[in-house]
Amino acid sequence: MLLEIKNLRTYFFTKRGTIKAVDDVSFGIDKGEFISIVGESGCGKSTLAYSVIRLVEHPGKIVGGEIIFDGENLLTLSEEKIREIRGKEIGMIFQDPMTCLDPLEKIGDQIAETIVEHKRISRKEAIQTASKMLEKVGLPADRVNYYPHQLSGGQRQRVMIAMAISLNPKLLIADEPTTALDVIVQEKIMNLLDDMRREGRAIMLITHDFALASERSDKIAVMYAGWLVEFGKSDEIANEPLHPYSRGLIDSVPDVWVDRDIKPLPGFPPDLANPPKGCRFRPRCPFATEKCEEEPQTFDLDGRIVKCWRYES
Amino acid sequence: MPSLKAYIATRVLLVIPTVFILLTIVFFILRIIPGNPIMAMVGQKVPEEVLQKLMHEAGLDKPAYIQYIDYLHGILTGNLGKSMIWGRRPVIDEIMDHFPATLELTIFGFVLSVLIGVLTGSIAAFRKGSKLDSSMRIYSIVAYTLFIPWFGMLLQMFFGVYLRALPIGGRITPGFAPKTITGLYVLDSILTLNPTSMLDALSHLLLPSLTLGIVLSGAYTRLLRNNLIDVLSQDFIVAYRARGVRERKVIFHAMKNAFIPVVTLMGLQFAILLAGAVLTETTFSWPGMGTFLIERIVYRDYTSVQGAIVFYALFVALISLIVDIIYALLDPRIRY
Amino acid sequence: MEVKNIATTIFSFIPKTEGRYMVLTGLAIVITVCLMAVFAPLVAPYDPIKSTGKILQPPNSAHLMGTDNLGRDVLSRIIFGSRVVLAVVISAAIISMSIGVPLGLTSGYFGGKLDRALSMLMDSMYAFPGLILAIAIAAVLGPSVVNAVVAISVVYIPTYFRMIRGQTLSIKSLLFVEAARAMGASDWRIMRKYILPNLIPTLVVVFSLSVADAILTEAGLSFLGFIVSAPTPDWGFELASGRPYLPAGYWWMITFPGLMVMILSLGFALIGEGMSEIYAPRREK
Repeated sequence: MLLEIKNLRTYFFTKRGTIKAVDDVSFGIDKGEFISIVGESGCGKSTLAYSVIRLVEHPGKIVGGEIIFDGENLLTLSEEKIREIRGKEIGMIFQDPMTCLDPLEKIGDQIAETIVEHKRISRKEAIQTASKMLEKVGLPADRVNYYPHQLSGGQRQRVMIAMAISLNPKLLIADEPTTALDVIVQEKIMNLLDDMRREGRAIMLITHDFALASERSDKIAVMYAGWLVEFGKSDEIANEPLHPYSRGLIDSVPDVWVDRDIKPLPGFPPDLANPPKGCRFRPRCPFATEKCEEEPQTFDLDGRIVKCWRYES
Repeated sequence: MPSLKAYIATRVLLVIPTVFILLTIVFFILRIIPGNPIMAMVGQKVPEEVLQKLMHEAGLDKPAYIQYIDYLHGILTGNLGKSMIWGRRPVIDEIMDHFPATLELTIFGFVLSVLIGVLTGSIAAFRKGSKLDSSMRIYSIVAYTLFIPWFGMLLQMFFGVYLRALPIGGRITPGFAPKTITGLYVLDSILTLNPTSMLDALSHLLLPSLTLGIVLSGAYTRLLRNNLIDVLSQDFIVAYRARGVRERKVIFHAMKNAFIPVVTLMGLQFAILLAGAVLTETTFSWPGMGTFLIERIVYRDYTSVQGAIVFYALFVALISLIVDIIYALLDPRIRY
Repeated sequence: MEVKNIATTIFSFIPKTEGRYMVLTGLAIVITVCLMAVFAPLVAPYDPIKSTGKILQPPNSAHLMGTDNLGRDVLSRIIFGSRVVLAVVISAAIISMSIGVPLGLTSGYFGGKLDRALSMLMDSMYAFPGLILAIAIAAVLGPSVVNAVVAISVVYIPTYFRMIRGQTLSIKSLLFVEAARAMGASDWRIMRKYILPNLIPTLVVVFSLSVADAILTEAGLSFLGFIVSAPTPDWGFELASGRPYLPAGYWWMITFPGLMVMILSLGFALIGEGMSEIYAPRREK
């Protein structure tokens, strides 16, 4: 297992209260596997992604659990060691391509800087590598001398991907990479991610788009209010969602293939500073029982993980 | 880079009407305002013929529009008239005698103000929300309200009179001046490899530039603090860290981004810098343009006064043009 | 007890941002100095122009701020000096506002060639160093308190013009102004009823900050000898008079007047900065 997240807890200590953004989440990603973390806004999926590379910003803090990457627990490494891993072993692609690049540096220089910070090669060689990376993501090599504001959103996102893979990382984390882009460009970027995966990299995709997740990934992790409520193979979950929330997510979005009514999920996600007692989905769950006033255990059903009392047997 | 040339050309073209208007305003003030300027300077008890003679010398007996044309023509050809006192030297020469002193003081004051401002602003930004941050913000307001002559004299009192560590006036100890190449003593000392002169010049420069620098730094403190805080919360900073770039370099990139709007502020601050220099020069007996202006007002040397004001106007316009160009060179979003 | 309740009530009306401490401190300073100026003959221990006979006395129990080279009590001179400073600066501010605000409002509202011409004129003036402009005007008109008021008011007209014009432009584009115009309101009515009231916050800020600056300009002009002449007390002028005695170690003639300049300027600056904080608080995440 390339990346194993065990009982991860990341809390935000704010004036309003302690926000349990990631509360006891466990799952794993194998080499070359494509996993999507799916959920509504505020469910903690982005925080989860940032926790893996330990870039959770104040007032957030990782308070418990382990993140085992390639045999090492990332949470116990020194600042210097984790810095080395960032970019080199684990690459990250961000959501908004318009704001993720330094406006004052040429994109070739930005890619080259990433390389030079991790490998002992000359700047000239680094720029050459940068050009190759640009070509790899489908951009002309001469863009090395361009500034970010001279490129479109889709092009900038490709630059982000080029930067993320420039040191050949084993794992790529993509935080909603296509949310800010139109559908056609979205398709191209996702294809690019597929290419990256085919070259042997593991991919962790963060998205709120369940359809996109089930289409492209091997496995899906469904998050709700800081919990991992379901985890398993994408097609299995898409065909037969076990957790009521997963079911609700699928039902609330139109399906191109099947003619069915849309059933939107009633209610709102809970305030994470004051979550409801017991199961956090209980207020919105059509199957809620008395047992649900107690926090559900996580049950392993032959590879499928569900956090719901309905699957106690 | 075609758009850079276009940008510079536009800026230069825009400066011309501004300068023109400024010069017209100066003319208006100095000649048209009721209360014959010669009389105001000379006093009422002067016999008629002397008054007429002085007015003729200053060209004030000609009709207004001719005066205006002569005035503009003079400026364009570099002729600012002749002084009305002492050796009757061309005003432009007298100005050039005094300008290097002001230039040197202004440069050192400017550099100090930016350095102090960037330093205090960065401290405030990196320690956002702490008492240190609040102190820096209070500093930025208080620094501006320091009355230059007062603050300068306090420094003179402490370092000059009490500690006897630094000179309290003048530009250089007599006899220590370096050979004149540019007129800037520190530069000339370096160029002529004269360490004693350089040290002497620097010791005289220290207190006045510190006065100017501290009073002007407040604006930079505040701007840099706010910019830096904004930049540090931007996505691309997180992106830098996510790529494993060393924190030192991340801060370097943040500072670069935060600094660019500061350049625009430099242009605006320049006028304040020049005004402050006048008070600083008077306080420290610094033989620059400010002292020259005040002296000639006291001596009723009308043409010199006019020449000095015109010179100030042109100088300010030139500097703001230069600052605009520097800004364009630094921000790639303007160039491309 | 009554006073405490009143104070707390007033305090609670001011929005809870950092700005309010600044405004209150600034107001305290300004009001104190104004009261000092108004009641000068009652507050000052000695006559500011008459000599007490004891020259160059350091601060002591009889003379809290010492005496100057002519034996006059420094504290009394400072108290009376505040009259000149406040009179000049407030008069100049009122004149600047009376010219700058209407010009800015009409220029911003009507736009067009008039606006462009005025803006170019005002921008050029604004770019020129204020103190030097004031010196030029004072030099031509001759040193006097009245001429100083003229000089200083000219310097700040562009400031009021620019700020008011800018605000007018933003307000003009807001929907409720469009609505008023659609209902047939005349230009003057719109300006008077809709735009002007909304200019008040900006005006308060610009007023406070430019008065703070004007105090420094007045002190500068006074220091250079362009406002008063002996024996009238004026803070900047006191610094110039006391300056020759500095190398000999007589510090009190300079320290206290200069300190007052800073304190009064700071008072107005705090009001301006504080108000600015209150009306447009910095969103600190």
